[in-house]
Amino acid sequence: MSSAVLVAVAQVAVLAAVLAAVHVPLGAYLAHVYSSPKHLRAERLWYRIVRVDPDAEQRWTTYLMSLLGFSLVSVLFLYGMLRLQEHLPWSLGFTGFDPAGAWNTAVSFTTNTNWQWYSGEAAAGHLVQMAGLAVQNFVSASVGMAVAIALVRGFARSGTDARIGNFWSDLTRGVTRILLPLSLVAAVLLMAGGVIQNLDPHTALTTVEGATQQSLGGPVASQEAIKELGTNGGGFFNANSGHPLENPTPFTNLVEVFLILLIPFTLPRTFGILVGDKRQGWAILGVMAGLFAASLALTTWAEMAGPGAAPQAAGAAMEGKETRFGPAGSALFAVATTATSTGAVNASHDSLTAPGGGLVLFNMLLGEVAPGGVGAGLYGMLVLAVVAVFIAGLMVGRTPEYLGKKIGRAEMTLVALYVLTVPALVLVGTAVAVVVEPGLAGIQESGPHGLSEVLYAYASAANNNGSAFGGLTSGTPFYEVTQGIAMLAGRFVPIALVLALAGRLASQTAVPATSGTLPTHRPLFAGLLATVAIIVVGLTFIPVLSLGPVVESLS
Amino acid sequence: MASTTVASELATLTRHSLAGLRMLLVLTLLLGLAYPLAVTAVGQVAFPWQSNGSLVRSDGSHTTDRSEAVGSALVAQGFEGAQYFHPRPSAAGDGYDTLASGGSNLGPLNPDLVATIEERRAAVAELEGVEPADVPADAVTASASGLDPQISPEYAAIQVARVARERGLPVADVEAAVEAHTAGRDLGVLGEPRVDVLELNLALDDAH
Repeated sequence: MSSAVLVAVAQVAVLAAVLAAVHVPLGAYLAHVYSSPKHLRAERLWYRIVRVDPDAEQRWTTYLMSLLGFSLVSVLFLYGMLRLQEHLPWSLGFTGFDPAGAWNTAVSFTTNTNWQWYSGEAAAGHLVQMAGLAVQNFVSASVGMAVAIALVRGFARSGTDARIGNFWSDLTRGVTRILLPLSLVAAVLLMAGGVIQNLDPHTALTTVEGATQQSLGGPVASQEAIKELGTNGGGFFNANSGHPLENPTPFTNLVEVFLILLIPFTLPRTFGILVGDKRQGWAILGVMAGLFAASLALTTWAEMAGPGAAPQAAGAAMEGKETRFGPAGSALFAVATTATSTGAVNASHDSLTAPGGGLVLFNMLLGEVAPGGVGAGLYGMLVLAVVAVFIAGLMVGRTPEYLGKKIGRAEMTLVALYVLTVPALVLVGTAVAVVVEPGLAGIQESGPHGLSEVLYAYASAANNNGSAFGGLTSGTPFYEVTQGIAMLAGRFVPIALVLALAGRLASQTAVPATSGTLPTHRPLFAGLLATVAIIVVGLTFIPVLSLGPVVESLS
Repeated sequence: MASTTVASELATLTRHSLAGLRMLLVLTLLLGLAYPLAVTAVGQVAFPWQSNGSLVRSDGSHTTDRSEAVGSALVAQGFEGAQYFHPRPSAAGDGYDTLASGGSNLGPLNPDLVATIEERRAAVAELEGVEPADVPADAVTASASGLDPQISPEYAAIQVARVARERGLPVADVEAAVEAHTAGRDLGVLGEPRVDVLELNLALDDAH
């Protein structure tokens, strides 16, 4: 192996070692946070101010109502803030967003997508960034974790009359006991590395050669920390984590990739602890890590080899990449951000090599389950695990069960709807955009790459990722509105189905394992699960992938 | 029957939304104001230079006062003078525009991008007096941010002869300055080696 390859492998090894070391205690801590009956004194005061009962065990329908009610006011609150920006303090003189743009951004941040049609440095003031966008970075992540934990409770509990926990308590604990303390530590590390954190406006300075350049201000480090940790991805600046003031060094790059992967790779451990069998967590983690490693290896190879006319002309795939990260550091970030629901970028995904761009698109189409967004990755993978035991059950002619719960017709109906929802949004959205005039108007590149741009946009929106092939002009009413619909439906329809599934499972009485029960902690099952994940995506998306990235890679 | 069900569902959603609104307001105070202001306080005390943008004066010294600064060590600015090391091409606005950060977003097979790369290669080769094949990739490609403050050691190396000639300096002196402003990989394995263009140019201006 060449030295460049060895260095790239060593960079990943450092990351893997730190993740492996941290996920064990953090997984146990998360399990404690979500199962402890005790409230902190400050939390009791908090619940009294907000006037909610944190001890009421909610049925899944009530849990969903609380979640939808909270998300609804979140969208409306953020929409109002964006529209009224010019009247708010710290607006830096920026005007309010137009209605379609504010709708798109409000939905985008509430759904953990963080798709951005605007440039932060030219459109969003400090108050909107801090008190509007960053707040949703925290709470949308906490909502994702809450849903995952509710599903885990469904497996862990027996005969509870569909009661799966308390949304207000889960939301609050996720924020105050997990995301906020970790973000504080991360923000300090990022500031030490050079990320800015101030409340100054953007003002002009005179450069060495006498030109004028705006010196940028803003509370960036505090936002950057939760942007990655909550797998949100909305950049303070347009260039996102490629911007030297958001991600100044290879060290901060590794910190940011670590933050992206931390909770998604930790939750399987929490799952194992909560269902009382850590081996079940290992199996899920193994599938996530295996799929992630395969995608990372292929993408890193593609970016370092640099196939394609432009990379060949330049001598390396450096278009849209920063010197300090290089092809390996950019590939690592690109895979981490699309294998989770983050969507932050440290390189232009539109300028990735054709196989590299196809792979990051595939990561999203996989449903972001390896390891997936905060919470969303775990519940997505558990749904696929139900599909896998169902298929195994069909093979041996036995009623399938997972973790002691029977998977009957009602459960499978919910799971099938879950699996179909997001692909339907992606394919219908893409199909509409490439036949109507306002959709075609936004496409930058002709031919297969143009189709990839549109497919990427709807895959990103429906999977709540938020990264983009930046060539697509998405700041038009057509894209703002249709993307908003894809983001909303792609977030809340699966959540409703997962909570319904959790309720059904929690009502069941666990059946004891027999000699005929398929063990779901063995490599055999892990292999089956990984295969199911790939086959489901493959069967759904092979036609459109063939017309886009595959044709491009072959030409 | 159906209408009363819908009405009661809406009433339930409204009740939960009001609780959600109270929750959101308290969370906004905590996460949207207290948290960023606390981080700002820590940054201003513990890392004043970094948290104010890594600004540098014309003699290369650090400052937190924008009125004294000629730029940020972390943000590329345009250098066209022959006595200066040049940064990478920029797709941010008309070049190095910090209010329009971003890349070209041109795809890997885009013929216009291929043509632009060939033009840049020819121009750099002529300016530096080297073979076109010796021009490294970062010299002919736009970065992700358009504000990439650094260049590869290879791109710095082919600029040394020109800078030395224009400044009337021995090549060894300029090479030493490049060496002094070259950072290796973080922790030995993270990222890539790189040369900070602004700091290097200021060091040359200051010393000579």
